[in-house]
Amino acid sequence: MTTADTPFVASGRDYSAPLVGFGTFVAFLLAIEAVIRIGWLNRFIVPPPSEIIASFGRLFTEEHVLYRFFFTAGECFIAGVMVTICGVAIGVVMQRYSLLQRACETWVAAFASAPLVLTYPLFMVIFGRNAWTIIIMGFLSALSPVILKTIEGISGTRKVLVNVGRSFKLTATQQFWKILFPAALPTIFVGIRLGLIFALINVVGTEFLINFGGLGQLINDLAERYDLAGTYAAICFVILVSVLFFIGLEKAERWLRPIA
Amino acid sequence: MAETDRLSQTTVASPVISPVTLLRIAIILAVLAAWEFLAHSGWLYRDVVPSLLSIGRAMAALLTDRNYYFNLGVTAAEIGVALAIGGSAGLAVGLILGANRFLSRAFEPYLYYLGPTPKIIFFPVMIMWFGVGPESKVALGTLSCFFPVALNVAAGMRQIDKVLIRVGRSFRANTWQMVQKIHLPAMRHPIINGIRLGLGFALIGTLLAETKLSNKGIGFLIIQTYSIFDMPAMYAMLIVLFVLAIGANALIGKLGGLDSIKRN
Repeated sequence: MTTADTPFVASGRDYSAPLVGFGTFVAFLLAIEAVIRIGWLNRFIVPPPSEIIASFGRLFTEEHVLYRFFFTAGECFIAGVMVTICGVAIGVVMQRYSLLQRACETWVAAFASAPLVLTYPLFMVIFGRNAWTIIIMGFLSALSPVILKTIEGISGTRKVLVNVGRSFKLTATQQFWKILFPAALPTIFVGIRLGLIFALINVVGTEFLINFGGLGQLINDLAERYDLAGTYAAICFVILVSVLFFIGLEKAERWLRPIA
Repeated sequence: MAETDRLSQTTVASPVISPVTLLRIAIILAVLAAWEFLAHSGWLYRDVVPSLLSIGRAMAALLTDRNYYFNLGVTAAEIGVALAIGGSAGLAVGLILGANRFLSRAFEPYLYYLGPTPKIIFFPVMIMWFGVGPESKVALGTLSCFFPVALNVAAGMRQIDKVLIRVGRSFRANTWQMVQKIHLPAMRHPIINGIRLGLGFALIGTLLAETKLSNKGIGFLIIQTYSIFDMPAMYAMLIVLFVLAIGANALIGKLGGLDSIKRN
């Protein structure tokens, strides 16, 4: 789904719908709180929202959530840098050699639909139970969209721009750096954005599964200690971080788009 | 006539194996040769990269093992139930949000931003709610596949040709008839696309949950091979799983006619 498909972006100045959405969310939380306090819902299965909100402070003071956040962010950053360098380079090479592109593009697309995250036990054997396993999982899951979008971006460069480059007798290298790459940059960034989202999902997921690292491990730790309110608060924190991350990437993509 | 001549010349001139196929074969052979070299090089711990022969043997043993098919059945059933529940819920929510602009603006942002969050982190909650059995895996699979289906259906609903809707209204179709005769047929491709994505997410969610806490299913078998360091079996399982996942994805696309989309 592209940002153009989102119905809430061009909503004008009418805030009634977002207010209804937010109001429904608050009403839902209040209803859950009431149902738990009455005793219709077991508080040892679903903790009251007030307890979850109160646990947020504890996450910062006792669970060092900020340190964990930066740990996860660091893993995502390394995976992101690796995937940007490798994905764009592979995409450029594949687009440059048409035969290679025709031979491998379907494989790359198939690679994207494969459940790659399930290979995490394999990388635990190769790298051990450490951050590299997590980074590699993030890297692998993010690679396909970056490659495919790089190919799409460079292939989609307007003919007139390429002809302008030819009329100036640019060399192949100059043609790439001065025409093709700048023209493809917004599409490449769409790929990097998708890749970073996949990387974040897989980094946090792998942290949770192998019980190592930052935010994913925190959720696992709290759940194993049966700290219900803390577990729910940590999950909310991860959702909040993810949402802010996606919004930031979307804004960066919109900022980059006028370059095309 | 000239066209026939041109086609026959092309047929005669084309080699038996196209350059693309030749390159593919060359790449596959190079990868296999590199793998075999790495397996015997001693650069990695023994069995981390097992020889192709031992992977082949493990795969043959896997495909003739009844226990594997039992576990495959368990996982397939969990994914099937997850897809049925999550897909139906996603379809219903997508139809409602796609049909009503106000509701879409009120609630779709939540779906849009919650959709790409890592669902596996909800697994502890699912265990508390549904226990450690297959139900919690189904629940995680359901949650994973709900979002892509709902978002695709809602987006597809908004892209329906307005002429079709006007035709339905001019025939005085009621809401159910509009859904049945206009909306659903016009949205076949977004729905199939949503289900394809949903299947992928349900598969990942269910299998990851199985690797975390389970005593049956393919995810359990994979983590068991890790525990006993049976690397050839792990590679064999992953290969079979990848083939099944990609095959199922392609099959849904083919059944839904995604390969034959024609836009005039």
